[in-house]
Amino acid sequence: MTGPIELTPFDLVLAGILILANGAVSLALDLRLGKRLAMATVRSVLQLSLLGFLLERIFAANGPLPVIAMLIVMAALAGVEAVRRTTRRVRGLTLVSTTVMLSTSLIIAFYGIHFVLEVDPWWKPQYIIPILGMILGNALTGISLGLETTLEGFARDRDQVESLLAHGATRREASKDIIRRAVRTGTIPILNAMIAAGLISIPGMMTGQILAGEDPMSASRYQIFILFSITGAVALGTISVVTLTSRLVFDERGRLRVDRIHSVDGDN
Amino acid sequence: MSFFSCRNLTRKPWFEGKDLELHAGEVVVLRGATGSGKTLFLRALADLDPVDSGEVFLGEVERGSVSPGEWRRQVLYLRQRATALTSVVGSDYERVLALAGTRERKADLPTTLPLDHATEKLSGGELQWLALERALLVEPKVLLLDEASSALDRESAERFEARVLAYVAAGHAALWVAHDASLAERLGAEELPFP
Repeated sequence: MTGPIELTPFDLVLAGILILANGAVSLALDLRLGKRLAMATVRSVLQLSLLGFLLERIFAANGPLPVIAMLIVMAALAGVEAVRRTTRRVRGLTLVSTTVMLSTSLIIAFYGIHFVLEVDPWWKPQYIIPILGMILGNALTGISLGLETTLEGFARDRDQVESLLAHGATRREASKDIIRRAVRTGTIPILNAMIAAGLISIPGMMTGQILAGEDPMSASRYQIFILFSITGAVALGTISVVTLTSRLVFDERGRLRVDRIHSVDGDN
Repeated sequence: MSFFSCRNLTRKPWFEGKDLELHAGEVVVLRGATGSGKTLFLRALADLDPVDSGEVFLGEVERGSVSPGEWRRQVLYLRQRATALTSVVGSDYERVLALAGTRERKADLPTTLPLDHATEKLSGGELQWLALERALLVEPKVLLLDEASSALDRESAERFEARVLAYVAAGHAALWVAHDASLAERLGAEELPFP
């Protein structure tokens, strides 16, 4: 096994030429991409450097508390971000999203760490933090798609839901079609990723491990483990968030309260 | 003892302290200006919209003492903009029968519209027919009709009205919101101003 090649700040400047080249093209063709490109570049450099710096501290602290704090902050931020990506909101949405994100991703990460990898102690940051990070990144997509599809469904199919209610359907019976559609939409990206894994794309974790000199067979086993964990979290998270959100648009007498849904200009 | 009634039903700013009484076998027509809150009133009676205060009774049973689903099945609201529930007429009937917990044989289903007809091809008037037939399948005690035949031509509208009258005569009641000034006369029904 060979160790990873160290990247120096100079190497990153070399890589940055790729971004600069794109900026130059944008200027030349008047694409007005420059500002967004610069912003995204600066953000990613700052955020990743900060993450590296934080992780270094957490690794050095060698105790469970900083790790737990980091996990909670990461999951809560993902929960808030999932809502920020939607174009329709309802009161209580952030609470639902954050709670679901925290509980499902932590449960699944802990399951993988404790029962599959059998890491001892479970909070060893070099395992749980990257694994949770990967779970969160994917759960974020699934959950925000699920939220968006659910609220859009109730706003659009209001007449149908109300007709079902008028014939005696319960809240659950009347929202079944919308829930099913939202769960399906939320899980499409990760299922597609599973199908494409290894054929069209080499997933991020496997790429990282191979670059770091790990044996490819071992890297592929890790990748399978990660994909299973991610899919488990995305499915569980999407189902929970869609079910809970669908409750927010009904009141205590099971009336559909479309008036509770309001539109916002989404960030995406 | 009235068959269906409400006392002091209030939803500001649309209606305040509304009382209403319907007897078995009776149709009452509600007439009022557009935007006066007639739709909200019917929806409130069906427990599809909240109210500020007031009570609604079916016989002696107060709305709050039965489950919302049970209430709505018995006090059924028919919207003006009728909607299909599934992609085929026959499945629409089966869907509401399943909700009501009764599955009847296909031979017993209404035949006003062909059962294998695609619902997306139905006109607005045909959808209103579908909505009426579908509603009658679950045998509500009270029909709340909100301009429920507005998209039908005169002849079909009269058949629609006859269908409702026959149903009501069998021991049910109907409250009908309509802009058609001659409806009450055609039905031989009492007409109440709203609000």
